[in-house]
This record gives sequence, structure tokens and C-alpha cells, in this order.
Amino acid sequence: MPIDTVWSERDTTPSEIEEALRKLLFERHGEDARYVPGRVLNMVCIVDREWAGEVVNRLERTGRYHASRTIIVAIESGRTTIDAVASIASDTDPRPGEFALLRETMQVTIGERHVGHLDTIVDPLVISDLPTMVWSPHGHPEAVDALLSLAQVVLLDSVDEPDVGDALGRARELTGAGLYVVDLAWLRSTPWRERFAASFDPGSLRAELRQLTRVEVRHHERSRAAALLFVGWVASRLGWRTDALMTADGTWRGRAHGRRQDVDLALATDLQQSVPGLAGVTVETASGRHLSLDRGRGGLRAHYTNQRGDDRTWTVVGASRGEPGILGEGIRQALLRDPTYNPALAAATTLVP
Amino acid sequence: MSVTTQREVENPLVEGLERLPVHPTTLVIFGATGDLANRKLLPAVYNLAHEGALPERFQLVGISRSEMSHDEFRTMAKEAITQFSRRAADADVLDALLTDVRYLPGTFNDEDVYGRLTETLDCYDQEAGRPQNRCFYLSTAPSFFPVIVERLGHHQLARHKGADVRIVIEKPFGTTLEEALELNKEVLSVFQESQVFRIDHYLGKETVQNMMAFRFANGLFEPVWNRNYIDSVQITAAEDLGIGSRAGYYDQAGALRDLVQNHMLQLLCHVAMEPPVHFTADEVRDEKVKVLDAITAPTVDTVADMAVRAQYTAGSVGGEDVRGYLQEEGVPETSTTETYAALRLEVQNWRWAGVPFYLRTGKRLARKVTEIAVELKPVPHLAFQADGSVGPRPNVLVLTLQPNEGVSLSLGAKIPGTRMRIRPVNMEFLYGTAFLSQSPEAYERLILDAMRGDATLFTRNDEVEAQWRIIDPIISAWHDQGGPVPQYEAGGQGPVEADRILIGDDHWRTI
Repeated sequence: MPIDTVWSERDTTPSEIEEALRKLLFERHGEDARYVPGRVLNMVCIVDREWAGEVVNRLERTGRYHASRTIIVAIESGRTTIDAVASIASDTDPRPGEFALLRETMQVTIGERHVGHLDTIVDPLVISDLPTMVWSPHGHPEAVDALLSLAQVVLLDSVDEPDVGDALGRARELTGAGLYVVDLAWLRSTPWRERFAASFDPGSLRAELRQLTRVEVRHHERSRAAALLFVGWVASRLGWRTDALMTADGTWRGRAHGRRQDVDLALATDLQQSVPGLAGVTVETASGRHLSLDRGRGGLRAHYTNQRGDDRTWTVVGASRGEPGILGEGIRQALLRDPTYNPALAAATTLVP
Repeated sequence: MSVTTQREVENPLVEGLERLPVHPTTLVIFGATGDLANRKLLPAVYNLAHEGALPERFQLVGISRSEMSHDEFRTMAKEAITQFSRRAADADVLDALLTDVRYLPGTFNDEDVYGRLTETLDCYDQEAGRPQNRCFYLSTAPSFFPVIVERLGHHQLARHKGADVRIVIEKPFGTTLEEALELNKEVLSVFQESQVFRIDHYLGKETVQNMMAFRFANGLFEPVWNRNYIDSVQITAAEDLGIGSRAGYYDQAGALRDLVQNHMLQLLCHVAMEPPVHFTADEVRDEKVKVLDAITAPTVDTVADMAVRAQYTAGSVGGEDVRGYLQEEGVPETSTTETYAALRLEVQNWRWAGVPFYLRTGKRLARKVTEIAVELKPVPHLAFQADGSVGPRPNVLVLTLQPNEGVSLSLGAKIPGTRMRIRPVNMEFLYGTAFLSQSPEAYERLILDAMRGDATLFTRNDEVEAQWRIIDPIISAWHDQGGPVPQYEAGGQGPVEADRILIGDDHWRTI
């Protein structure tokens, strides 16, 4: 059974932490050369000290997607010194003829006074030349800002912000600073975007995309950001001009302006939806086609009607990723670049009332 | 300047999507109750479903000789997926996938089967309100390929107005050049080449695809990737296992047909091919065919100089005593089928002339490993004395496909101390340490590509024929020679006779 190798120290320095980790790796490799460190991604998580354990658990539950080096920066009110725990672990023992991958984790507990210079603490701890992703699930934007010179990717979840306008504004601010933003709200819309794109991909249906007259997105009450990003994506891909939506009875409504006609937009809260993300999407075209996708057992339930009276229902098969799966996907996305996110974000921002 | 594909221009929604849309498709598996379907195809379909990668409308039809109802087939499929899927099956997804699955029992030459198949496919089209693509997967014994193809053509199932029809054909594609030519002729009399997807599942492996990335996305290697710097190339596909319960198939095929004619020649192509201008199916396959065409096919007289065969005898593998090939259950006592084959080939073109390509494969060798070792020429002048050390050695670049997928490069390094003594050290890159993703099974990628109509990872007709042109004379020569066949002890490095085909100071790498 694999055992974590752990080092800890109170009132320490980043140099000592880095040296200790190097020694741990050297020892582990000396025990068995088949233990090899992963070299994929640095991930810096900035958390409140009392919630550090909860965040570690969330990362554990992501399954197979882990940063190879994770640095948990736990902020404790009033603290003046730095404490650290470093560990290396493998999920498996090496099997004959194979290797076992090691993951490195550090928890560095700091005080508020350290936040302004957080880069000088984190810099010695990240592996050079690997992409570094910063995630700050409990706020602390000033800590993220302190690391912008070190990071290439910022992981955030726009649904965490109480005000969706602020959430999208923060994402735009970060992308404007040259960082690649991985927004979990965007990732929650991925299967919907894929299915929507696929529904109109057969050659005979592609022309219908230019004839859309209505797009309605139903979403979890806290996931308006995901809905806005979905509509922003459609608008940016199809070249629609967008204006701020209006609020009425909890639903956001408005119009986008396509080349041929205006498109009615609606973002409605689905109170039955228990998990963050989208609950359903409905689109209509000028020729009278109506397509709805809604969450169902084993995938999305598709419902199609047209003016000829055709009425069809079927299941588009696929598993729900769940919140751990979404976070894991967010980590994986640090290695990729989606060119459609920034235009979608820009369009989504214009839709906010 | 950005490069856009035709698809992106036509459907602006697909840009940036990781999973490109696959048009509504009905997948028909001939041989749906067989071992391959159970172990690989059905689990692959499930994993595609789990990830949401299947077409928005997807139907599965199984055809086999076993008499069973739709429900019994669904139960069988569910059990196969539960047992062999690389991930635990989600009950809801499994139910959604299998709810509408149909099963048609019957023999593959039974006209009635194709009549019922036509009805079923038409029924799916009606439910969808438009014609759906059809993908016929031939997972049967090779002897059924011609009859299935002929019947599909006879029942007008090779074309479908408003949709695409594709046929996926499992290996082996013929057992001789003559058979391959005949089979290609039969297949292409019914289907167009663009509809035909000949599977070599090795091409679906991430590491095989990564070879092209390794060669063509790195400026470091390509300048030395030629006869001026490379001394030899050695491709090994060794297994520690025996033939298991596959005696019936294996004793007819042998190592040459089983692995060399397809997988190993494909690996050779990936090592030796010129960079294609675009990564499209035909451009990639054009380059591979050029490599195969540049390999001079042996004659009956030259086979003994460039090819060695052998059979394993009793020995010890992993501390366990094991039987010899002739003692394996189902193998005739007088069998001359080779369980080991080694070849020396030369690619006669500007880049590779004079560089030997050594290929070897065998059962019951010391361990399981598939690798490509590229040995560079030694440095022209040695400034360091070798006394008291191993001394400098030629650099060897090893691309390992299994079990530890990765790349290693041996380098000369100074041994710590007061003297300038050199020993080889390895610089290793392990694929699994550098990516977050778990590689999909080769069949998942290949089934999806076939449904999408992307033939890049499939073998074209001229490619198959070129492969057989190289292998056929060896098969004939060995057949004419009969026995006895050289032997090697199970668990070892292979037969000593294999050294015979090496040139100069070349040596086989330790398995």
C-alpha cells in the first residue's frame, strides 16, 4: 500500500520547504527508482485556513485529474510566521515493469501580512517551465493579483460570486491581463454547447443556424453565469449584436440582433434543478423548428417539433460529470486553450442588465 | 494567418469544441456476440456514450449466428460492458444506451438477415425523420468478409441517399498477398475506398500517434533523422505470454502474419515516413505507402539472409514453468508455425538508404515490451579514453509503446571523480508523467473516427497490398522449407539464429 512521505516545519521559509521536498523526492526515488514525479502542472490554491481541509478533499475527489505539484496557501488571520507541510504520494505501488506516478503537495500557512508579497513565497515552490494555475475559491482577489506574474492560468467559478456582473467583470479583467481563464461556469455549459453544435451540424440543418428566432436557457438559481456564457457563445459564434437583457419575474429577457432577424433571448431560473449548471436549452427557427434539450436520466432528453407536425423525443446519451468532475475538468483545461471563451465572455458581459 | 477547415466555415459552432460532432449514426456489428465485440467494441461504445461523444442520435444493431432475443442481447451487452469497460458503468447511461439496441440472429450469408437489417435501419431513419449514417463493423472471422460485403451490396445497403455509409473491416485483411488483392477487389466492387476503414488497432494507440508529434513537432530530432546520423533502427514487439486459448487462430497465422505484416510495418512507416504537408487521411497514408514501396521485397533466395523464424520450447517465465509451443493445447505436434520472427529490411530512398531496420516479435520472451530503438552513429573522434569505464556509447533514442509509454535518450556522461571517465546515462520522458488525461482505448478512438469518416488511422488498400508484397515471399519461403523450425527457450531473448541477420557490429537489444 503506498504511503505518503511527509515533512513539516513551523516558522520556516520557502527555500527550506523547497529543499525539504527535493530531499523527500530523492529519498523516495532511492527506495525504488520506479517512483517518478509527475511534471504537468503547478496548481496554487489560496484558501482560508479553516477551509483548507475542505478544499483538499474537493481536489481529492476530482479523480484522475490532479496537478503534479499542488501548493495550498492557507491564510490565517493574525499569523506572522510561515508553517509548512510537504508530502509526496503515489496512488499505487509500482507494478513489475511499470512506474508509479508521484504527486507533490505542500500546505503553506501564512498570515494576512504575507499576501501582498505572496509571489515571493510561491515562486521558489513552483516548478519552472510548467504552467501554473491559481485557484482562489474563497475570494482573496488580492492574493491572486499578487501571483499574476507567476501564473498563466486562473481557475475560477463565476457562480461563486453573488453578483453575476462582478463575476464576469473579474474574468474579463484577468483575461485582459493576459491570463487564460478557466471558468467552471463555462465548463458546465460544455456538454450543452457540444450537443447544440451537433444538432445543427448535418449539412441540411446548418443553414437553420442563421434562422434562429429564439434561444431560451434554463438554469440552476445560482448558475446565471453559465447561462449567460452559453448565450454569449451562441451570439459570438453566429455574429449577433447583443444588448443588456431586462429583468422580469426572475427571468432575464431581451433580444439579440442577427444578420437576418432579431432573436428573442430568455434566461430562466429552474427551481427544480438541484445542482449548479444548466437545466435546459430551447431554440426555435424561422421555419418553425423547435428543439429542446433538458437534463434526463442517462443523458439529455431531446424534444423536436416542426411545422409539419413532426414530434420526436429521444435521449442524447452521456453521463453527468458532477461537481468533482467539473473541477477535474477545470484542472485539465489548464493545458488547453479554448479560443471561443473570450468572445463568449465579451458577449455575455453585454447581456448583463 | 489562421487556418480553418471547411467544417468550421460551415458550422461556426464547432470551433473550439474538444469533441467534434458526429452525425447521427447506426452502428451495425457483425459478430456482435464474439470475443472482440464483448471485450473491446461494446465497452468502447459504452465509454464513448459515457463521455457524451456518441452522435446525438445513435443506434446499435448486433448481428450474429447465436439465437437470442433483443433483450437477451441487451443483457449480454450489459454484462460485457460491466466486465470489460475501463471505467465503472453508470447504470443510467447504460440503460439509455442499450434501450433501443436491436439484435438480428442469423448466418452471414442468410438473405433474410439482410432483409431484416434493411427494415431495422429504415425504421431508425423514420424515427429520426431523416436518413442516418450507417457504419457496418465486420468483427467476424475473415472468411465471412466477402459474403457480408456481397450481401450488403446486393441489398442496396452500401449506399444511402442523404447520408454516409461506411464499413469497418477487422484484421487480418487476407492471409497472403493474393487473398488481400482478392478481398480488396471484392470490397471495392461494392464500396468506394473512401467508405472502407481497415482497422489496425495499433494505429489507434496514443503512443503511435504521438510518434508523429514527436517527429514532426520537434525541431530537435528531424535534422538527424536520416542515414547520415542514424546507424540502425530496431523495432521490437515482445510478449511474455504464450498463445493462451488462441491455438486455432495462431497456428494458422504465426508471428509474421499476426504482428509483423500489419502492426510492425506500420510502426516502421511512422519512423521512416516523410512529413506530410497536412495531417489528412490521404496525405499521411500517401507518405506511408511511399515507405513501403521503398522496401525491396525479398526473393526466395534472399529470405534466409534477412528473416529468421523460431518456436518457443518449454522454459520458465516469471518464475513459473511453462510449456513449449508444440505442447500447447490445440497445437499440432508437427506444427511449423513460427512464434518468433525477426527481419532485416532496408528502405531504399534518399533518407534511409543503407540503414538497416530490424523487426522482431515473439511469444514467451523475457518480458512484454514494444519499443522502437533508433541508434545513432558514434561520434567521429573520441577525445576520452575508455580505460576504467564503459566509455562513450552511441546515443540511442528509444520510443517505448508499452508498458511504460515514453521516450528515452542515452547520453554519455562523466562519472564523478578526478578522471574523465564516461558512462551512458538515460534521459527519460515518461508519457504518463506529463499529461493529466487517461488515454482512451484504441477502439474508442477508431470507432469514433470511422463514424466521423476520418480514415487517417486506418489502412488504405494500397497500403495493405504493399505490406503483403514485403511479407508474402517470406511466408512462401518458410512454407516451402517446412521443418524443423529453430527453437528458443521460453522466457529468454529469442533464438540465437536471429543474430544471423544482423549487419557488422549490430546487436539485438536486451528485451
